[in-house]
Amino acid sequence: MSSATGLPEGVAAAPVPVAEAGTPAWQRLLLVAGGVILALAPLWLLESFHLFQLTMAVIMALAVLGLNIVTGYNGQISLGHGAFFAVGAYCTAILMSHFDWSFWWTLPVSAAVCATVGFGIGFPALRLAGHYLALTTFALAVAVPQLLKHKAVEDWTGGVQGLFLVKPDPPAFLPVTPDQWIYLVVVSIAAVLFFLTWNLIRGRIGRALMATRDHPTAAEAMGMDIASLKTKAFAVSALVTGIAGSLSAVAIEFVAPDSFTIFVSITLFVGMVAGGVASILGSLFGGLFVLFVPNIAESISKAAPGVIYGIILIGLLFVMPDGFAGLLRRLTARLRRGGTS
Amino acid sequence: MALLEVRDVVVRFGGVTAVAGVSFDVEERQICGLIGPNGAGKTTMFNCISGIYRPNEGLVRFGGEEITHLPRHRMTELGIGRTFQNLALFRSMTVRDNVLAGAHVTGRSGFIANAFRFAAVRREEAQAALRAEELLGLLRLRPVADIPVAALPFGTQKRVEMARALISRPRLLLLDEPAGGLNHEEVDALAELLREIRHSFDLSILLVEHHMSLVMRVSDKVAVLDFGKKIADGTPYEVQNDPQVIRAYLGDGHGDEHARAA
Ligand SMILES: Nc1ncnc2c1ncn2[C@@H]1O[C@H](COP(=O)(O)OP(=O)(O)OP(=O)(O)O)[C@@H](O)[C@H]1O
Ligand SMILES: [Mg+2]
Repeated sequence: MSSATGLPEGVAAAPVPVAEAGTPAWQRLLLVAGGVILALAPLWLLESFHLFQLTMAVIMALAVLGLNIVTGYNGQISLGHGAFFAVGAYCTAILMSHFDWSFWWTLPVSAAVCATVGFGIGFPALRLAGHYLALTTFALAVAVPQLLKHKAVEDWTGGVQGLFLVKPDPPAFLPVTPDQWIYLVVVSIAAVLFFLTWNLIRGRIGRALMATRDHPTAAEAMGMDIASLKTKAFAVSALVTGIAGSLSAVAIEFVAPDSFTIFVSITLFVGMVAGGVASILGSLFGGLFVLFVPNIAESISKAAPGVIYGIILIGLLFVMPDGFAGLLRRLTARLRRGGTS
Repeated sequence: MALLEVRDVVVRFGGVTAVAGVSFDVEERQICGLIGPNGAGKTTMFNCISGIYRPNEGLVRFGGEEITHLPRHRMTELGIGRTFQNLALFRSMTVRDNVLAGAHVTGRSGFIANAFRFAAVRREEAQAALRAEELLGLLRLRPVADIPVAALPFGTQKRVEMARALISRPRLLLLDEPAGGLNHEEVDALAELLREIRHSFDLSILLVEHHMSLVMRVSDKVAVLDFGKKIADGTPYEVQNDPQVIRAYLGDGHGDEHARAA
């Protein structure tokens, strides 16, 4: 452990190059361009039903991303994120159908409401560790459809019937159909939120979230205010999943309590695990997985799609124990090694 | 006024009194050894100073300010850094990220600023990265910087803990058995490193260690605990020749490997 340099005033003399990220600018530009092309291609390649499905997959991916912030990165298990999805969807639906708000203006309101609800749930969550938190959030998700049907709020939520709304029209200068437009809107908003989340995770706060998950005592000893971090993580997580809910409301043009059963929460959890826990890119895979794999299962067996779905899920987790993201990580590691040797 | 003042601290766990009224000081730029047989209460004392335990009685002052009742996460900010006896690293994170996590208190940016990665955040990150790089170099961790910390050998993980504690530039560094699992040459290097750190980082060190030759070599002063009580303190020479200390180490029930090391 002999270090020959007597550090003057604790400052090492050697100037160390600190690259912001390892990749050069042109490579990053190429990556972004590739991503944009990949995201836009379905506009021409898919007809309206499949484009709608893809839209929903992106929405689910965004919802999974929200869950990943609090559960994947911060280690607070939530089995009730469907509740935030529902709150976001109903915020948008109520504002649009009762007050004729434009869809765009409902987004900040929905974000604020979901973040507040998430923050509120983050407080009792502080006292509930691990499995207890999982059960409490589960209970929340079970309660939501019943709350939405309740007499006291029926006038607003439309009760069992739910609420109808209309997709925003594409701007006149764009030669796209409403379906294509909503796809564009969803992809753009998701892209922005994925980017912001990536920023959040790769810096000071992201490290603190993960540190809190890995070793709370040590995290506190490093000066991290665990209570503040955890409640804010819950708020941000709920915000992201809530925005996904808002997007789903306009994409489907309809909300009803029975679209927000506990099954939504479980689906998000499955998406997170299948895509990769604590992975941004994994959330995208997770969204695609939970939307398309059930369809594939149904095309294999009309009689017992659930069984096929289960088999596919178990099979995939057997092959990729850390989700798509883990598989991707191993593949790129192998490619790199292959490239240099 | 001493940098750290511990006064009549008592810690009980149910029926067990782990620390039974201990007082001592650590001066600025001093290396103070804290020794004692297994179960003497050294780690418990550390946990009181760093706020993990609240003493049942007594108080701890740091830089003249009483810190006994401050929240745990405030200690680093005040200038108390620490390592743990049984490793408390962020296991899924890389060595570099572990060290950077130690720099948490040197930053100010919150959730929103980070999400948008404002210029201030980028500056903060660049500064932290630069300092992490220095410490990775100082503790010979550069070759493993991007490896998840859990995959590394015990001795290396101990060095990661030290880097993580140092990056926040503490005024007092609490080291709980840094020589655990090291061989002879490594212990020599560690002694060298501790002196160098004290000098270049301008800090005090409170050192808990069973490796007597290390403690005696680097400490300006040594305090000895036995069964939760301080039985001696003074220069290494004084302590080594204190009959009570000799008895505690040779005495009944305690392993004699420490005595030999002393
Ligand atoms: N959290 C706890 N709950 C109950 N008893 C504890 C706890 N922590 C420590 N003790 C007891 O307090 C006494 C002092 O323990 P401590 O860990 O402080 O000793 P130590 O001097 O660090 O020993 P070692 O050299 O083995 O690390 C021991 O008898 C121990 O069993
Ligand atoms: Mg101990």
